[in-house]
Amino acid sequence: MSTTPPVRPRLDAEAPKSPAGGARYRRSAGRLVPLLPAALLLAVFFLGPVLWSVYAAFTDAALTGPTARDANFVGLRNFTRLFGDDRFAWAIWATVIFAVASGIVGQNGLGLTLALLLRGRARWLRNVIGVLLVGAWVLPEIVAGFTLYAFFTADGSLDAVLTGLHLPSPDWLVEHPMLTVVLANIWRGTAFSWMVYTAALDEIPQEIEDAAATDGADGWRRLVFVTLPLIRRAMLTNLMVVTLQTLAVFTLIFVLTGGGPSGATETVPLYMYQQAFRFFQLGQGTAIALVLLAIGGLFSLLYLRVLKPEVD
Amino acid sequence: MALVRSGGLSVASPRRRTSSFLVHLVLLGVALCFAAPFAWLLLASVDADAGPDARLPDWTAGNFEAVLDWETSIRPIVNSLLLCGGAAVVNMVVAVLAAYPLSRHRLRFKRPFLYTLLFATGLPITAIMVPVYEMFVRLELVDSLPATALFLATATLPFSIWLTKGFMDGVPVSLEEAAWTDGASSFTALRRVVLPLMAPGMAVVAVFTFIGAWGNFLIPFVLLQSPEKEPAAVGLYTFFGQYGTVAYGQLAAFSVLYSLPAVLLYVVVSRRMARGFNLGGGIKG
Repeated sequence: MSTTPPVRPRLDAEAPKSPAGGARYRRSAGRLVPLLPAALLLAVFFLGPVLWSVYAAFTDAALTGPTARDANFVGLRNFTRLFGDDRFAWAIWATVIFAVASGIVGQNGLGLTLALLLRGRARWLRNVIGVLLVGAWVLPEIVAGFTLYAFFTADGSLDAVLTGLHLPSPDWLVEHPMLTVVLANIWRGTAFSWMVYTAALDEIPQEIEDAAATDGADGWRRLVFVTLPLIRRAMLTNLMVVTLQTLAVFTLIFVLTGGGPSGATETVPLYMYQQAFRFFQLGQGTAIALVLLAIGGLFSLLYLRVLKPEVD
Repeated sequence: MALVRSGGLSVASPRRRTSSFLVHLVLLGVALCFAAPFAWLLLASVDADAGPDARLPDWTAGNFEAVLDWETSIRPIVNSLLLCGGAAVVNMVVAVLAAYPLSRHRLRFKRPFLYTLLFATGLPITAIMVPVYEMFVRLELVDSLPATALFLATATLPFSIWLTKGFMDGVPVSLEEAAWTDGASSFTALRRVVLPLMAPGMAVVAVFTFIGAWGNFLIPFVLLQSPEKEPAAVGLYTFFGQYGTVAYGQLAAFSVLYSLPAVLLYVVVSRRMARGFNLGGGIKG
């Protein structure tokens, strides 16, 4: 990313060539007016809360409640308490398992596989799969949650199918809760990765692969040495976006298991919700919020590095 | 091209045919797995004797009739329309205003500002709900529909500004210059020349915000408290808490009613929307 270009004489048709610097500054300030509403909203509802959580995480401001006059600096106390909590340690693990299994392996892997398998297939086939994937993704999250709850619950559709086939049918939500929320999130979110990869594959010129085929590369080699390297950028950006989305999943798990049974599916967002809004530990809740923000911010920076957007 | 891809290379060698058969088998399996949960949603909503499993329904419209009263579903859906409609309009207007100087002028801080916006699109909104709630408590905004709508509008604002700027970059400046020569102010030129040309793009931005807000559960769940103000996402959750596992049919019917606007809007703009989302995924369209 190059440095900001030096100030150049303005060539815009509108700008008068006034020798007085003052007029020019007024004009350029006037140009910023339309940005004000956006700046105001982002400052109040975005930047404000983020800065507040930084402040509150190192003081007892959140603990003493909204009426507190002056908060005391408590250093890392909120964090030592947080990291001393076994439930939080597990919440981190649960989040990593959930993100890797449902996001990186599940959504990303299945999305790529489907995009590759559907390449050049009949249009109706692409449409059928597309409607199903995108349908699951367009449903409001809470509806997706209830729909999957009915699917996985005891006496639900999955149970009916497995019993009908004389296969063992466990109570999914109770006996395999993590596997269930992982499968649920794959159902819910694969559409995004599939769309990203389909678009990326559509942009590969056919000639390149034809050339590889003429040179005698078989299907697998073409895939590994030609096709996948060509969509490397799409893979990286997709992995970042999917990871960010998966880290923040709340509603789906909340409806399916509520974080249970006995904390088995309590990821960081669920743990944060419990602490802040069930136990009213706002100090803890804010410290967790900051940890989540830091992780999100890190991935977001990586995403920017990979994406290298052209800004101009 | 498609011909070459599907037919040309797979000239009937038996190995190819087997692998093509396997691919179709895998695709069939995936399709079935993805279709199965939908089956319950659609069948149970019209089943007089619905349970959690999908089965052939004992046809009835009774589930829809039962949930279609003011307090159960109509008021929540009206609230959702107000909340999400308000958020979408505010978001679109603010995004267009912000995109104009970013697209048309040379500004010194433009680069860092745009990077910050893109960075912000990656931050999880879930994470800031605790500090946002604390702020709402302090400013006595908890349970305020307008304040919640403004927050929903801001949640997707960074992405909307990026999208809108992209659409605006696509409108040639020469058209505006022509309007200026005819004596139009830059606001008039924006309103009369630029906006009509990017109307489809703005519709995408508004619909994107609307669907996002329509499907959001956590934000209204945390920021709104009185039952008269709860939107459909929260209403559905409350309904499930009260009757859900007893009244599966009604739960499904309510879910269908609530999902319909989002699905229909998506279908209307899906082509452009897909392009927008690819942009979000970093693929240059």
